[in-house]
Amino acid sequence: MIAAVCSLTLLGIALGWLLGLAARYLRVEGNPLQEEIQRLLPGVNCGQCGYPGCAGAAEALAGGKAAVTLCPPGGAPLVQALAARLGVTVDGATSGPLLLASVDEATCIGCAHCGKHCPTDAIIGAPKQIHGVIQDACIGCGLCVAVCPTECLQLRPVVATLKTWHWPKPALNLGV
Amino acid sequence: MRDYLFILLGTALVNNVVLVRFLGLCPFMGVSNKIDSALGMGLATTFVLTLAVAICWLLEHYVLIPFNIQFLRILAFILVIAGLVQFTEMFVHKASPALYQVLGIYLPLITTNCAVFGMALLNIQQPHTLVESLLFGFGSALGFTLVLVLFAGLRERLALASVPETFAGAPIGFITAGLLALAFMGFVGLPTH
Repeated sequence: MIAAVCSLTLLGIALGWLLGLAARYLRVEGNPLQEEIQRLLPGVNCGQCGYPGCAGAAEALAGGKAAVTLCPPGGAPLVQALAARLGVTVDGATSGPLLLASVDEATCIGCAHCGKHCPTDAIIGAPKQIHGVIQDACIGCGLCVAVCPTECLQLRPVVATLKTWHWPKPALNLGV
Repeated sequence: MRDYLFILLGTALVNNVVLVRFLGLCPFMGVSNKIDSALGMGLATTFVLTLAVAICWLLEHYVLIPFNIQFLRILAFILVIAGLVQFTEMFVHKASPALYQVLGIYLPLITTNCAVFGMALLNIQQPHTLVESLLFGFGSALGFTLVLVLFAGLRERLALASVPETFAGAPIGFITAGLLALAFMGFVGLPTH
């Protein structure tokens, strides 16, 4: 018993120590800009930008091969953050109100297709039960909308509740 | 010397790890689209397999048997293999970023390549010395690389051939793999001792 525990523990420690040394001596210097951009991205690897995951998208962004508006889940806040970081300007075409998925209970048939595609597990509901979307977890990527056979899942503007409503941000009135 | 040669030949050709023992089919089907990546995968697996078999032999004879804890064999071997694969991944990333990109997910998946683990287990069932274990691992890794490169060459040709629609893609790949296995049955006649 003690021999078993000790030998496996020692083996694990020795291997971990060797790997730690290897990580120090074989470290590959990545592109710091790419890593910074990857931290900005949502990190759900939904693949809607057409790149293999958020790491691929960050590489394309850092290389200037992709537009800052490539990420549907990130939405307008991400576009602004990326534009500020990369020093580019965006026209206001993409900055609409935040859209989140919601289920129309009248037409949901409980097929459970949508939940399998949700990158953040925001859709609840068992097969043959009416589904629902957890609004706090939804990122509005629209993957579920594409697979819903009855079109009961739609991206809709967020209805303000007591929890989410806030005063509108001050807008510059230039007397136009 | 003769024995060593027979171990190499026997594991590489007669008891080929992929086509006779049917281990490690995941990278065999997955990374055999191009000869370059097949060769890279073969070399990475060669490194891992040879070292894993030898280290697992040392572990078995100097730790597991003296302390009478052979029931931990699977756990200990997997630990060693996982560590080796992690090291290989770092090394490939440092030495050849292009190869690292090409191999992609299949590089960490060497951990779960049953050829590596299977050979480590098969090796300790036989009365091998350390040198023989090294050759056993190296021979099976050579066989693995050989078959992977052969199959990649066949698939590169197949990609250009006009295959009937029913068989296009993966099905013709599987049929080719079967024919290749059939061809390797011819090596059974080689003397191995």
